[in-house]
Amino acid sequence: MTDAAAPADTRSSSEGATGGPPPAGSRRAPAGPRQRRRGSRSPLLFCAPFVVLFLGMYVAPIVYAAVKSLYTVRRSGLGLTPPTEEFDPFGNYGRALDDGAFLSSLGRIVLFGVVQVPVMLGAALVLALLIDSRSARGKGFFRLSGFLPYAIPGVSAALVWSFMYSPQSSPVNRMLEPLGFTVPFFDSDLVLWSVANIVTWSWTGYNMIIVYAALQSIPAEVLEAARMDGASAVRIAWSIKVPGVRGALVLTAVFSIIGSAQLYNEPVVLQPVSDGAVSSTFTPIMSAQSAIAAGNYPYAAAQSVLLAVLVGVVSFVFFKFTTRGEQE
Amino acid sequence: MSTTTTRPSVIRPRRDTSLPSRVVVTALLGLSAFYFLLPLWWLLVSATKPFGEQFSGTGLWFDGFGLFDNIARLGSQDGGIFWRWMLNSVLYCGVGALVGTAFSALAGYALAKYRFPGRGLLFGVVLAAVLIPKVLFTLPLYLMFSGVGLIDNPLAVLLPSVVSPFGVYLCRVFAAQSVPDEVLEACRIDGASEFRIFRSVSVRMMLPALVTILLFQFVEIWNNYLLPAMVLGDDRLQPVTVGLVGWNASHVAVPPALVVVGSLVSIVPLLLAFLSLQRFWRAGMTAGALK
Repeated sequence: MTDAAAPADTRSSSEGATGGPPPAGSRRAPAGPRQRRRGSRSPLLFCAPFVVLFLGMYVAPIVYAAVKSLYTVRRSGLGLTPPTEEFDPFGNYGRALDDGAFLSSLGRIVLFGVVQVPVMLGAALVLALLIDSRSARGKGFFRLSGFLPYAIPGVSAALVWSFMYSPQSSPVNRMLEPLGFTVPFFDSDLVLWSVANIVTWSWTGYNMIIVYAALQSIPAEVLEAARMDGASAVRIAWSIKVPGVRGALVLTAVFSIIGSAQLYNEPVVLQPVSDGAVSSTFTPIMSAQSAIAAGNYPYAAAQSVLLAVLVGVVSFVFFKFTTRGEQE
Repeated sequence: MSTTTTRPSVIRPRRDTSLPSRVVVTALLGLSAFYFLLPLWWLLVSATKPFGEQFSGTGLWFDGFGLFDNIARLGSQDGGIFWRWMLNSVLYCGVGALVGTAFSALAGYALAKYRFPGRGLLFGVVLAAVLIPKVLFTLPLYLMFSGVGLIDNPLAVLLPSVVSPFGVYLCRVFAAQSVPDEVLEACRIDGASEFRIFRSVSVRMMLPALVTILLFQFVEIWNNYLLPAMVLGDDRLQPVTVGLVGWNASHVAVPPALVVVGSLVSIVPLLLAFLSLQRFWRAGMTAGALK
């Protein structure tokens, strides 16, 4: 925490010299007022390209979708006239909250997040502790091998895993066959966990690196003192190292939980080869996308807005929760 | 007896771990490395097998060599569209990351080094936007772009890609760390304009940080599948991720072997960039984590 915070704190004390009026006598008289005005305008100009595009690419689409979602598509009974859009503020939201497919897609990602995030972060923590332990050899190799999947784009990872899962050619099942069993990765009960495995494979190493970096910031004297007192390696890990990386764990948990809400790439890649186990409304984004495919843009807009609001509320709550925890 | 009491005190400072603990730790780490490397190993082995043999055998060891033939077939499928996809990916990611890094650098630097009205609000918005994944904005973007007729236009991918709240955040952290206020003040006394100071002094001081941001943004754009999949229906405009998923979904028309080879070829540039620039990766990740 301190690395990033320290410069920010020292900076604010010296800021008067940067942004405020120039000290008397430091500039020639005619340049003074112009210089000052330009100095106060340039930060706004510096921010302008980002701000303009941010408004256009983040704020505008959400506003556009929110407005769009207030209209409901009406089709005439025979479908002879083109569908019309009528203002009906609650039509799409009422439908979404009553839509079994959309609701079960929300339930699916909640279940996914509740199981996958703790498993992945637990694995990341254990790996970081193992690599950090004094018994580890070849630390560089293991750190790199864990981190390597992060360099593979999510879609490419899902493509490779779809071959690992394929009933015809699965190398995993060929390895398991001599042991007398195989895993039906595309079974409708199992497919969510096949997806979870791809996400876990991609992100465990990333989280491990963050936890490992936090472990390095635990003072060596503290660890040495515990060792002198005769604490075992496991005891030191549990009582000193794990509490020491709590902040990093909370942060990675927040990002991972929010990440679960956007689950899309992995199920979409598995969908055509999953023999129907991955439906077209498997996750909320896929559900909204299938509304677009059906030509019902306002309904897709309503689902997107609902999902964005849900994620916004969850992140806000976690943000409050974590910052309160740090002030204790 | 005397040997057993003296031995630990001699050995401990050098290697105070017992053999069983080293074995257990190494075994667990080896298991994790097996899990992480298995799919990549399978991909490498399968892509080198002769064409059509990709799914035969256990897939874990080499069996004949057909890598160059496979790559040639990959290049000739559908009129050589694979290399066009690769070029598209490099263009979208290269242009998007370069322009995006420039914009992030300007905004992050301004947030770190100036006090101006709206600064706190802007930084708050940037932080909130870092937390909310970009994918959630994609379908609304699609709806908006289809409202203004930007579908099947490379701008529909490039414009959203250059906006990187995370880049702005990183740049603010790095600028605060690496550009001393005294240097800026000295430049001002010498009469340099604010933009001139930024361009010729501050950018140089932030250069390692900017490489990190460039790298992160390049990969982020490469990884964003949903946006190009939605807004680019014309397959001659698509990036390689969208093209390969399309091939995979149409497995009757395109041999799955080509998807295997294409997957390998498409991740090679990223792996090379990743391995050669590891230092910059870590810098970005730890700065991102240290909020």
